[in-house]
Amino acid sequence: MGRDLLRFATAGSVDDGKSTLVGRLLYDTKSVLADQIEAVQRASVDKGLTTPDLSLLVDGLRAEREQGITIDVAYRYFGTPTREFVLADTPGHVQYTRNTVTGASTAELAVLLVDARHGVVEQTRRHAAVLALLRVPRLVLAINKIDLVDYDQAVLEAIGKEFAGLARSLGFPDDAVVTIPVSALVGDNVVDRSAHTPWYEGPTLLGHLESVPVTGPEADAPFRLPVQYVIRPRTEELHDYRGYAGQIASGTVRPGDEVVVLPGGHRTTVASVETADGPLEAAHAGRSVTVLLTDDIDLSRGDVIAAAAAPPRVTDELDATLCWLAEKPLRPGARLLLKHGTRTTQVIVGELRDRLDTDTFAREVPDQLEINDIGRVHLRTADPLPVDDYADIRVTGGFLLIDPPTGNTLAAGLVGDPLVLVDLPSRAPSTPGP
Amino acid sequence: MTAAHTIDALDTLESEAIHIFREVAGEFDRPVILFSGGKDSTLLVHLAAKAFAPAPIPFPLLHVDTGHNYPEVIEFRDALAARLGLRLEVAHVQDWIDDGRLTERADGTRNPLQTIPLLDSIVEKKFDAVFGGGRRDEERARAKERVMSLRDAFGRWDPRKQRPELWNLYNGRHAAGEHVRVFPISNWTELDVWRYIQREGIELPSIYYSHQREVFKRDGMWLAEGPWGGPRGAEALELRTVRYRTVGDGSCTGAVESTATTLDEVIAEVTASRLTERGATRADDRMSEAAMEDRKREGYF
Ligand SMILES: Nc1nc2c(ncn2[C@@H]2O[C@H](COP(=O)(O)OP(=O)(O)O)[C@@H](O)[C@H]2O)c(=O)[nH]1
Ligand SMILES: [Mg+2]
Repeated sequence: MGRDLLRFATAGSVDDGKSTLVGRLLYDTKSVLADQIEAVQRASVDKGLTTPDLSLLVDGLRAEREQGITIDVAYRYFGTPTREFVLADTPGHVQYTRNTVTGASTAELAVLLVDARHGVVEQTRRHAAVLALLRVPRLVLAINKIDLVDYDQAVLEAIGKEFAGLARSLGFPDDAVVTIPVSALVGDNVVDRSAHTPWYEGPTLLGHLESVPVTGPEADAPFRLPVQYVIRPRTEELHDYRGYAGQIASGTVRPGDEVVVLPGGHRTTVASVETADGPLEAAHAGRSVTVLLTDDIDLSRGDVIAAAAAPPRVTDELDATLCWLAEKPLRPGARLLLKHGTRTTQVIVGELRDRLDTDTFAREVPDQLEINDIGRVHLRTADPLPVDDYADIRVTGGFLLIDPPTGNTLAAGLVGDPLVLVDLPSRAPSTPGP
Repeated sequence: MTAAHTIDALDTLESEAIHIFREVAGEFDRPVILFSGGKDSTLLVHLAAKAFAPAPIPFPLLHVDTGHNYPEVIEFRDALAARLGLRLEVAHVQDWIDDGRLTERADGTRNPLQTIPLLDSIVEKKFDAVFGGGRRDEERARAKERVMSLRDAFGRWDPRKQRPELWNLYNGRHAAGEHVRVFPISNWTELDVWRYIQREGIELPSIYYSHQREVFKRDGMWLAEGPWGGPRGAEALELRTVRYRTVGDGSCTGAVESTATTLDEVIAEVTASRLTERGATRADDRMSEAAMEDRKREGYF
């Protein structure tokens, strides 16, 4: 049928209108059904509102409805004749980094909201930095509440221009960023083109979401398959069958391809690429497959099968960037668990090299990393890991840090330094420095 | 240059679900699939079979049987388990009522009574990963659920203490006595499920397709006659052409009037439908604004 799937995330400060925008997208694409609309209308009347509060469509938890805020990442689904959408609605307050990082980690595009009355604010810079760090391939700046600035072209163009400079300095290519003036409340330029912005010639938000390319940089990167599970039927006719099951992290695999198994280093050839529906001539990034190899080698969960000509590096020393997500701060010397691909190993945190000030983008040397901090660290792992730079391949360049006693996820880790700051516009910090 | 291939949405969702099944097989000791014979759990079993082919599914099945099920569905459940050679554990809610661990509710509904037998079975059989067919598009509280979701020793869900879920790296670490719920079809919509069932030729219990049935109207829903009581008072049985969109406890799962006898017709009907499947047919979700959130916190599916 050729209807593909786009995963995208929203980001922005509290009250910029994210939930309303998401509600508007669902409502105008007729993805909200009668009983849900009735529930929202009932609740809106109860709250004394005259127009239905579309944010109630997405704020699902009792505390969220009571406090009128979004607490946790919510996932929403809608479709049009051309595409299906999975949307991560990420709240902008307290745990903003945690939520934005979560939503951004699987997103092929992010919609970043600003309030037209306030323009680019500290939160916008923070969120844009996180989206750049997480290497979200495409960005939409949605300038919301344009009804409150009288649809003033000059105001909106000034915001767009300031943001374009910010995006460029964070390493986004110009063609990866689109600015769209919208009113989530009224519906301007979300699904339907607004009569109030005749000067705006670009696409509506939905029009853009329907037409951007879905594939990320992983499609063209060298082949990587983290092995999840070894399939051994052990039946009479399949006595010697050993299939290495996994989801392709990057690139393409075909029978006959030369591969290397890491960290061991055995070289061999792909005999076939299997699925339950039969063998494939080629399989691409994102596909779950079972690979059969020509040689009988020792291979188990945690290993990575990779293109022999361009393998990941195998190392037990990592320079990495962490997004610290836990209340408990990180100090040098911490002993944690690291989950990379399908392998979990012990890790000792070495030096904390720096902490990024997400407002000024200055880097400073910290004593510890606290919740919502982004910083560069040195790590030593108990087992060697086959890694890529996160900037090259997200799946084999990303990892989790886990707290051994509680099992909680403490940090999102990125191999290398995916945040490339160029031509930083000189800008005074909005809060005075020390 | 970007490789010029469009990946179909259903292929993407299938690959994601298969990845989740394999992660659990690789990291847990005693997983189990919750299997009622309904369409979402039948889809789960189909996806699990694809994840491990040509080997068999490496997990047993568990059904918490309220005793208020449709005979067609129970037959279907048993036949599918037998065909795939899978062990099927059944926890009968009736057993819990008989020995006094549970008390029948005044309204006769047994859906809320499933939580205790489920948690007891998890503890008794030492299951550490429990696959469910929950989808985030079903309900607002479910929209916040993780793919891999930790439950404490009491089976409770705490939405404010969920672990961030990043990339496709699932953190299923848990202490002894805790377990995780795993939702491989989190990102599927009702329409995805039906389209995939059609594409794969997955067999379903007959009650999902239009048939004639004696039903009576209660709270705006068509309920079938059964051990859960009814028709009562002014409620009267009448013969209607109906089908079911979800299959749950007979006391609170309503039929919808429908002439859809084929998958094409069902898909056309779902596409045009003006009510979500839960809103249309599940009295248990209508009880309060936060009905599902409350039941999930207590350990429900
Ligand atoms: N005038 C106007 N108000 C808006 C618009 N979008 C959102 N709002 C209002 O801004 C407030 C915050 O919106 P909400 O969606 O909850 O913001 P969130 O915190 O980013 O999710 C609510 O009172 C909305 O009704 C808009 O386009 N125009
Ligand atoms: Mg919100």
